[in-house]
Amino acid sequence: MNWVLEIFLDILLLTTAIVALQAKDLMTSAVATAAFGFTVALLFISMGAIDVGFTEAVVGAGIVGVFFVAAIYRTTRKTKD
Amino acid sequence: MTNPSQSLIIKMVSRTLATFIQVFGIYVIIHGHYSPGGGFQGGALLAAGILLIRMTEGREESQPTLATAIATPLASLGAVIFAGLGVVILFFGGNYMDYGAVPVPGMEVPVVRYYGILIVEVGIGLAVMTGLVSIFDDMVRTNRQSGPDMGRGGMS
Amino acid sequence: MDMSKGKKILGFLSLLSLTILLLVAVDSLPKRGLPDAPAHQVINAAGNTGAGAYFIQSAYEDAATPNMVTVVLGDYRSFDTLGEVVVVFAAAIACYLILRRREDEEK
Repeated sequence: MNWVLEIFLDILLLTTAIVALQAKDLMTSAVATAAFGFTVALLFISMGAIDVGFTEAVVGAGIVGVFFVAAIYRTTRKTKD
Repeated sequence: MTNPSQSLIIKMVSRTLATFIQVFGIYVIIHGHYSPGGGFQGGALLAAGILLIRMTEGREESQPTLATAIATPLASLGAVIFAGLGVVILFFGGNYMDYGAVPVPGMEVPVVRYYGILIVEVGIGLAVMTGLVSIFDDMVRTNRQSGPDMGRGGMS
Repeated sequence: MDMSKGKKILGFLSLLSLTILLLVAVDSLPKRGLPDAPAHQVINAAGNTGAGAYFIQSAYEDAATPNMVTVVLGDYRSFDTLGEVVVVFAAAIACYLILRRREDEEK
C-alpha cells in the first residue's frame, strides 16, 4: 500500500510545483511553495527518514512561507512576466 | 505585518496556539535524546510560535515576547555556547567536541557525553530561534512608511 | 518570430533529452533499501560492512542515548552541526547589517 501513497504524493508534488511556477499572484506562489515543502516532508517520512522529514516540515512549510510573505510585503505582489 | 489583524477570532486563536507550539518546541529540544527532533527543529518551532504572535499582534505590540534588541545578542550567545563548549574541552586535553574527555566526578563517560549533547542542543535551539526571529524583524522593520495598502507594490 | 520559435523548439528538445537521461539514470540505480546495494558493501575504517555500521552498533554504548540520529548529529558529527548553526547565524547577521535601520533614522 505504500506505493499508492507515494504515487499520490508525487502527483501532489508536481501539481504544487507547477502552480508555484505559473501563478501570477506571488502570494499564491508562496502558499504553493509551503504546500510543496510539506509534501516533500511527507515523502521523506514515507521513506523512513523521520528526522529529515521533521526538519523539512518545520522549516520548509513554516518558516520559509513566513519569510516569503514578509518579502512579498516588502516588494511587489504581481509578477511582471 | 506591521498593521495587525483586526479580527478577534484570529487574535485569540493564535495566542492560544502559540502557547502549545512553544511547549512542543521545548519538548522537542529536551526529548531529542529519545525521539526524533533536536535543537534545530525545536528552535524552529519556538521561532514559529513567536512569529505567529508577531504576525497577528503587530511587531511593536509583540515586543514583550522577545524584544528585537535582544534577539541578535541571544543568537550570538547560542552560537557561543556551542563553540565555547568545544573550546572548554580543549583545556581538559580532549579533541574539539569530544565531550567524554571532561572528567566529571561520579559520572561515567557515556553519561558525560549525554549531557554534552544536551548542552549543545540547547545552544543550537537558542541560536536558531533568536536568529530566525531577528531575520523576520529585519525584513518587516522598514515597512511602516509604505502605508496600509502594502501588497499592491509600495516602493518605499 | 521565426527565430523565437526555433529557440523554443530547441529548448523543448534539450529539456526532453535531459528528462530521458535522468529517467535512465534513475532506473539504473539500485532499489531503495536493498541490502546488497553497493553503498552497503563498503568496508569502513572500523572493519564493518556499511558506511554507518560503526555508528549503529556503538551509538548507545558511547553516549547512553537511544536515538542514534541525535548521537551522530550532536557527538560524532558535531562539527557539521556547528557549521549549520553558523550558517543561520551568518544569515541573521547579514540581515542585521543590510536591512536594519537605526531608531533615529526611523523617526
